[in-house]
Amino acid sequence: MLMTIEPEKLRPGNPMVAPRPALPRDKASAPAERGQSAVSTRELSIFFGQNQVLKQVNLEVSAKAVTAIIGPSGCGKSTFLRALNRMHDLVPIARVQGQVRLFGEDIYGPQVEAVQIRRRIGMVFQKYNPFPTMSIGDNVTVGLRLNGLSKRAALTERTEQALTMAALWDEVKDRLDAPAVSLSGGQQQRLCIARALAVQPEVILMDEPASALDPLATARIEDLILELKKNYTIIIVTHNMQQAARISDETAFFYLGQLVEFGATSKLFTNPSKKQTEDYVTGRFG
Amino acid sequence: MPALHHYRRRKFVNALMQVVTCVCALLVVVPLCLVFYHVLKLGLGSVNWAFFTQLPKPVGEAGGGMANAIVGTFELLGLAALIGVPVGVLGGIYLSEYGSARLNWAIRFAADVLNGVPSIIWGMVVWALVVVPLKTFSALAGGIVLGMMMIPLIMRTTEEVLRLVPNGYREAALALGIPQWRTIVQIVVRTALKGIATGVLLAVARVSGETAPLLFTAFGNRYWNHHLSEPIAALPLQIFNYAISAYEDWIRQAWAGALVLLLFVAIINVSVRVLTRDKLARGG
Repeated sequence: MLMTIEPEKLRPGNPMVAPRPALPRDKASAPAERGQSAVSTRELSIFFGQNQVLKQVNLEVSAKAVTAIIGPSGCGKSTFLRALNRMHDLVPIARVQGQVRLFGEDIYGPQVEAVQIRRRIGMVFQKYNPFPTMSIGDNVTVGLRLNGLSKRAALTERTEQALTMAALWDEVKDRLDAPAVSLSGGQQQRLCIARALAVQPEVILMDEPASALDPLATARIEDLILELKKNYTIIIVTHNMQQAARISDETAFFYLGQLVEFGATSKLFTNPSKKQTEDYVTGRFG
Repeated sequence: MPALHHYRRRKFVNALMQVVTCVCALLVVVPLCLVFYHVLKLGLGSVNWAFFTQLPKPVGEAGGGMANAIVGTFELLGLAALIGVPVGVLGGIYLSEYGSARLNWAIRFAADVLNGVPSIIWGMVVWALVVVPLKTFSALAGGIVLGMMMIPLIMRTTEEVLRLVPNGYREAALALGIPQWRTIVQIVVRTALKGIATGVLLAVARVSGETAPLLFTAFGNRYWNHHLSEPIAALPLQIFNYAISAYEDWIRQAWAGALVLLLFVAIINVSVRVLTRDKLARGG
């Protein structure tokens, strides 16, 4: 039995969601056109010590679209995501083989600095993690300030811009000096999204961004993702298949470190070509 | 009924042991009260304006104070902090943020061993390394020995509090393209700043009462000295010298000195409590 999911039907009607945020176009970011390949991996393998966690993954992520990565726990989907902004550099025993190209440029190339890549690829984590020592406003601008931008006017402008894009501006504009941890969980996660947006990345990686949130806050994050894809390339790891079906254009199914199937979300959920995918999306395992 | 008998016996032993363990736990408070009671009783009468403002009087003359020893202690602690805080904090940062597991294990082990080295041995080592080559007891030697004692203390506490900073903050900062050194300084250290300050304060409190290492380094001085290259007075040394003297007035002043030193350490400990309580209240 196959689930027949039409993404539109699964979107929860949400009365709490504010009017769609205006999205200021930003010349500096997202030069890509829809349909172009934003991130592509060639034979990407990742090892932790002797243990191969990811096996020869080839994947093309389209620009200005949402690509969901699904799969059971331990299938390597977070490992894959973290390879895309070189977060594995921090783990001494991690070894990356193969290529990751960001708009054609090999991000593991010998001349490439991880710091430069991470400025172009933002990340939002499973557990919202605004910096506890900083105010709401300082959290938004931290990536700019610690990369050397100190002009007040520019910071103020970017703060409003990023918070507006993250659909948080109206809720916090009167208390930008308040501690970030005084916000609710859902607001803190949107603050983290604003923080990632403020540095004007081209791609945003999201590692189960809503799994620590209640359904209402989850719905707001999903709305936000749909809005952001107009300007950004988004890659989202999720445990929640309905969420993948609701928000993504394309879906990749990972199992045991391998990319089993990758294709249009509507097809993958309704008419998968692999038996394993079908078993997983119908809930027979995982 | 053997079963019921057994049950009653267990209840009785349980109650008895609860009382015994409680009494033992309360016993820790007794020495503290005794110390405060004694020092207050014997020292309070001699703590006066002259004690804080005057130099020691020559032998046989009553009166005088420990002004030079009080100031000397602060000078020695300042000098020690100048050595101990940067080395300890930076070393703690290395242990927490960099380094390989094996090297860090070795450094940690060395620091823990150093923390257990008897203080008189520190004094002898610095005497051999500083006092002998310079051919003089000196404030410098006193500061160095106290500073060296602070290093392993501060290094370990700094490392511990930095490791308490959740990895999510490091990752969040690095994912923004912030360089690692800025992440460490402005995110990790800043998040743990109160913990580091607590560690520094506790280390200062810990060495402030050290006497043995100062015996053959700072040596003590009956007069003012603000030169690094000359012997300097310190409160614990002055207490020691006066307490073992035969003069009633000096013994009285030794108690006064003990009271001042005790209050100094108590104030630091209370500050630490305030610092850490605030940290918990903020949930950070």
